[in-house]
Amino acid sequence: MKLPLSWLKDYVDIKLDLEQLAKTLTMAGLEVDGVTLVGLPMPPGNKHEFKYNGLTWDRDKLVVAEILEVKPHPNADRLVLCRLNDGQQVYEEILTGAPNLFQFKGLGPLHPPIKVAYAKEGARIYDGHQPGLELTTLKRAKIRGVESFSMVCSEKELGISEEHDGIILFDADAPTGMPLADYFGDAVFELSILPNMIRNACVVGVARELAAITDQPLRKPSLAVQAEGPAIAGKVHLDIRTPELNPRFVAGLVENITVQPSPFIVQHRLKLAGMRPINNIVDATNYLMLELGQPLHAFDYDALKARAAGKTPTIVTRQATAGEKLTTLDGVERKLDPFTVLVCDTAGPLSIAGVMGGAETEVSSSTRNVLLEGASWNFINIRKTVASQKLASEAGYRFSRGVHPALAEGSVTRCLEFMRQWSGGVVDAGLVDAYPLPPSPVVVTVTEKDVVRLLGITLKANETASLLERLGFTCRVSGEEVTVTAPDFRLDIGTGAAGRADVLEEIARLYGYEHIPETRLEDKMPPQFGNPVLEREERLRDVLANLGLQEVVSYRLTTPEREARLTLAGSPVHDGEYIALQNPITPERRVMRRSLLSSVMDALEKNARVTDTLALFEIGNVYTPQDGQILPDEQPRLAIALAGLRHPRAWDVKEPPCFDFYDLKGILLDLAAAFQLPDVRVEGSANPAFHPGKQASLISGEIILGQFGSLHPVVKARYETTYAEILAADIDLRLFNECASKSGQLVPVPAFPPILEDIAIIVDENIPAGQIETLIRQTGGKLLAEVRLFDIFRGTQVGEGKKSMAYSLTYQAPDRTLTDKDATAIRQKIIRRLEMEFNAKLRS
Amino acid sequence: MTEPVLPDLESARVDGLSALIEVHTSENLALWKTAHLGKSSPVMLALSGLGKLPADIRPRAGQLANQARQALEAAYEEKSAAIRQENLLRTLEDDRVDITLPGRPARRGRLHPAMQNLRDIYHVFAEMGFQVFRSPDVETDEYNFELLNIPAHHPARDMWQTFYTTRPGVLLRTHTSPGQIWAMRERAPESIRVILPGMCYRYEQITTRSEIQFHQVEGLMVGRNVTFADLKGTLTDFARRMFGDSVRTRFRPSYFPFTEPSAEMDVECFLCGGAGCTVCKNAGWLEILGCGMVHPVVLSNGGYDPEIFSGFAFGMGPERITMLRRKIDDIRYFWGNDTRFLEQF
Repeated sequence: MKLPLSWLKDYVDIKLDLEQLAKTLTMAGLEVDGVTLVGLPMPPGNKHEFKYNGLTWDRDKLVVAEILEVKPHPNADRLVLCRLNDGQQVYEEILTGAPNLFQFKGLGPLHPPIKVAYAKEGARIYDGHQPGLELTTLKRAKIRGVESFSMVCSEKELGISEEHDGIILFDADAPTGMPLADYFGDAVFELSILPNMIRNACVVGVARELAAITDQPLRKPSLAVQAEGPAIAGKVHLDIRTPELNPRFVAGLVENITVQPSPFIVQHRLKLAGMRPINNIVDATNYLMLELGQPLHAFDYDALKARAAGKTPTIVTRQATAGEKLTTLDGVERKLDPFTVLVCDTAGPLSIAGVMGGAETEVSSSTRNVLLEGASWNFINIRKTVASQKLASEAGYRFSRGVHPALAEGSVTRCLEFMRQWSGGVVDAGLVDAYPLPPSPVVVTVTEKDVVRLLGITLKANETASLLERLGFTCRVSGEEVTVTAPDFRLDIGTGAAGRADVLEEIARLYGYEHIPETRLEDKMPPQFGNPVLEREERLRDVLANLGLQEVVSYRLTTPEREARLTLAGSPVHDGEYIALQNPITPERRVMRRSLLSSVMDALEKNARVTDTLALFEIGNVYTPQDGQILPDEQPRLAIALAGLRHPRAWDVKEPPCFDFYDLKGILLDLAAAFQLPDVRVEGSANPAFHPGKQASLISGEIILGQFGSLHPVVKARYETTYAEILAADIDLRLFNECASKSGQLVPVPAFPPILEDIAIIVDENIPAGQIETLIRQTGGKLLAEVRLFDIFRGTQVGEGKKSMAYSLTYQAPDRTLTDKDATAIRQKIIRRLEMEFNAKLRS
Repeated sequence: MTEPVLPDLESARVDGLSALIEVHTSENLALWKTAHLGKSSPVMLALSGLGKLPADIRPRAGQLANQARQALEAAYEEKSAAIRQENLLRTLEDDRVDITLPGRPARRGRLHPAMQNLRDIYHVFAEMGFQVFRSPDVETDEYNFELLNIPAHHPARDMWQTFYTTRPGVLLRTHTSPGQIWAMRERAPESIRVILPGMCYRYEQITTRSEIQFHQVEGLMVGRNVTFADLKGTLTDFARRMFGDSVRTRFRPSYFPFTEPSAEMDVECFLCGGAGCTVCKNAGWLEILGCGMVHPVVLSNGGYDPEIFSGFAFGMGPERITMLRRKIDDIRYFWGNDTRFLEQF
C-alpha cells in the first residue's frame, strides 16, 4: 500500500524523520518496502536501512509562481511566453509548450493569476520528454530565438506521476514564492500489509497504529455530514436476502451534484496513493476508502429510477442465479458463479458486491443524483468471487480480507460530506441502513499469568490494559485479570484461547518485541529419539563422497517421457500412474518422479558437455501412488551414475582408462562393507534397461537391494552424451536400511603369521570367476583366510577357449602358526576340487 | 745377506694420498683402495711382513706402517664421503621435477551444497537438544493447511502458491509446517524439541529469485512454560552459532496463521557487519527466518492443551542462507546440478 506522509500527518503528529518513521512502522509489523520522495529531502546520514527513490525538490530553485499573462511566441505556434512572478521578481518571457495554458493565450493580464510550479535555472528535475525517469539539470538555452533559463513544471518533471500533457495548476490560494517542497513536498511509504492487518490498509489505520506505538493522540476524522436536503426515507428500499453474506448495507443520497474534477489536493493524494483521479464523485469514494478502509460504491440514482420505471428503486442483495451475467465497469461481460453475491435492483444485477460496479449505473459526467452504497460482505465469499473472476480491485482486496460492518455508516456520512463539498450537491437527511447481522462484541480475558507464561515478561493488569487501550481496545481490570473488548474496526481478534493469543500479540507488539528479553529454555529436555534412518542416510552420503562421487539434488517434479528414456521400450506410462499435478507451472514439471536414476541421468546428460568424467549420486524419494491410500508411498532410494574417465585426466597418462562395470561393482561392495551388510553377493539380473551381459543384482542375504550395470546401448543412446559406456545403479534404501540394521561383527585381527601362496589354473572360458572363487573358498575352509584374483591370461600358451586364472591365497589360523604341510594339504584339496568340478589344470 | 730395511712407508703414504687427489668416482675409489689399502699394497705388505723383520726394528716398523695405513684409511673415508655426497647431490639434481607442471587431479566427492548446509543447521540445533523429524512431501490439505489454522478460502492462503495433485485434497507441501502436526500427534503429551527439514514446493515461476522447490527447516518446541522470550533466546543462540558469535538479531512482528505472536527474525548482515553492502541491500539486516508462539488451535490439533502447554515454531530457507553466505545471485543453480557449481563447495 502506498501511503503519503502528508496524509498520515492529518491524523497523528509525527516527530520522527523518514528513516525513523520507516523503522518504527516496520518494527510494529507494518513493513516498509521503500520510500519514494516526492519533494522532501533524504533523511540525515549516509547509511539508510530503507530504500529511497524519487526526487528531492531544491527549496531555492523550485517554488510556487504565478503566471500573470500568457503571450504568443513570435516564431512558434506551439509555444507560449509567460509573464511570471516567482515571488522575488517578474519575468517577461518564460517559455512553455504546456497545452493547458493555450486557453489563456492573448487574454491579456490574468485575474486571478494562475498558480504554477516553477523551476529556476540549475534545478534538478526529471526530463519530461524522455521515457521513464531521467534526471536532468535545467540549463540556459535559446529556443526559437527566445532565451530560456527556467520552466513551469508538469507532474512528471517533479516525479509525482507520469503526466506530462500539461503543467501543474495549483488552487488559487497557493502562496507565490513558497518553495514547492514546503507547499506540497511529500514522501510516499510503500507498506506491506500483513493478512491479519487489513484494518491498516488505510491512512487512519496506519495513523492509529503510529499513535499507539508513539503514544500520541489520534486525531479522529470527522464523520459528520451537513445534510440539508429532504429526508432519504422512501427514496430507496433495501432487501438483503442472505445476511450471512451481507451483514450490513447503508445507503445515502446526494442530489444536484455537478460532476467535475476533484480539488487539486484530492487528485494529488490519489495519485500519490497510486489511484487515478476520475471525477469528484468517484474520487470521493476512493479517497474515503484510502482514508478509512471502507470501500464504497456510487450509483447514478436516476439510472436506478429509470430501471424501476420511475418507482422507488429497491436494492436487493442476493446470490447470482444460474447463467446470470453482468457487464462490469471495465467493460467485461462476466458470467457469474452461483455463489457470487450481487447488488441488484428489481430489474437485475447492478454490481458484483464488494468487487466491481456494473457499467449501466456508473456515475457519468451527466449524473445529477448519486446513491452511495456502504456495505459489508462475507470475506470468504468475496475471496471466492475475486479468485473465480480473476478480478483484482482495491475494493475486492479489502473486502476479501474483512471489513468490519461498523465502519459502513460513518464512512458513508463522511463520503457524502466530501461529495457535497466537492460537487456542490445537497445531501439528503438520514441514511437507509439495513443491519440484519451485527457481529457480537468480541471479549477476551487475559491474566497476568498468561502474559508471563506465554510472553516471558511481567506486566501488571493495568499496564496491559493501558497498552491495549492505545490501540482502541476497551479494558476492564479486575485483580490480575483484564477483560478486553475488541474495537469495532477489528475482525482479527478471535475468542477463547485463540483470542487470547491475538491479544497477547498486540500486547507484545505495543510493548515492543525488542524489549522482550532473550532467555534460554528452562523447560526440561524432552525424551530424546534417534533418527537412525537419517543418520544412516548421512553416513551413506559421506561414504559415497569419500569414494569420489559427487552428490546431486534434482527436481522431484518431472515428466513420464523423461523417465521413459530409462526403459528399453522408451514409451512413457500414463500420467495417472504418477502423483500428477493439477496445476503444473510447466508441462516439464508435471508429475512427481518415480525413478531416482532418471533424475541422476538427467544430471549426467546435462554435465556431459562440460566434462569427460562423471561420478554422480543422489539420495532421495520416489513417489508411487498406492491403491486405497490417499498419500503415495515415498520410498527412499540411492542412484549412482558413472561415465567417462575413471580418473580425472592427467597430462602424463596417454590413454586414461574409463569407468566400467567393475568400478561400479567395487563401489557398491565397498558401500555394503561400510555398512556391514550381511552375506553380500551379486547375481545376474534381467533388467531390460541394462546391457544383458553387464548387469547384476546387489543382494544381502535373501534381499535384492537393487540392480546395477552398464546401460543398454538403446537406452544409453537416448541420452545426449559421447561416453562409450554409462554405468548406473538404483538401490532401494529402505531394504538397504533393513539389512544395515543387522550389521555384522568385527573379525579379530590375526595374531599368527599367514602363509601366502599363488596358484594358476587353466579352465574353460565360460566358467564364471565367481564360481571358481566360491569353490576355492568352500574347499579351503576356515584356514583359507583370503582369495584374491590377481591375473587372467588368455593366449596360445593356455589354448583356444581357455583362460588362466591366477589366485593369491592366504592361509591363516586364528590360534597357531600354520606349517607348510598344512598349506600343502589345503592347496592339494583345492586343486583336486577344481580339477573335478571345472576340469581345471594346474598351470606350472 | 742383505740388511733388512724398513720399507719406505713414507713414500707409500705420500704416493697414496697424492693418487687419491685424482680420484673422483666411486669406481676409481675402489681401484685406489685395492692399490693402496689392498692386500698387495705397499702398506699392507709392510704390515704383513712385520714378522720377518728383526725384533729390534719391528716395533718401530709396525708403528710407521700403522700410521701410514691410518692416514690412508682416513683419507679414503673422507674421499668416500665426499664422493657419496657428490653422488647424492647429482642424483637429487637429476631427479629434479618441473614443479610448474600440473598436479595430477584426485577425484574428490562432495555433498551437494544444500545438504552441506542442512547438516550445519542440524548440528547447531542438535547441540540445543533439537532432533530431526521428517514427514512426507506429498501432503493432505488437512495437514498442510487446515490443522495449521488455515481454513479454506482464508486470506492467509494467499501466502502459499500451492501445487495441487489430481487427487482431491492432496497437494505438495508448501512448507514443512505439516511436520508440526505429525510430530505433535506422535509425541503428545511429551515435550517436543524437533527440527523438521524437507523439500517444499510452491507454484512459482522459476526465476533467479524463486523456485518451485526448495528446502525448509522448521523447528518446533512444545513444553510447559515455553515463552516468547525463550523463542528469542533460542533463535539468537542459533544465529550466533550459524553466523558468528557477535552477530546481532532483531525480531519484528509478522503474521503466520499457525503462530501467534508471530515474528520475523533479522540477522545483522554477516558479510558487512551491518555497515551496509550489496547483499543486505544496504539495510544492514538480513531476513533469515519466520517464527512465533505455536497457535493454540495448532496445539489443540496436535493433541496438547493450550492452557497447560505452550511452544514456539520457526522456519527458514537453507538455500537462501547459502545464497547469502556465498553471494549466490541465482537460486536456479541449486537444482541445476551443474558440476561446475557443485564442485565449488
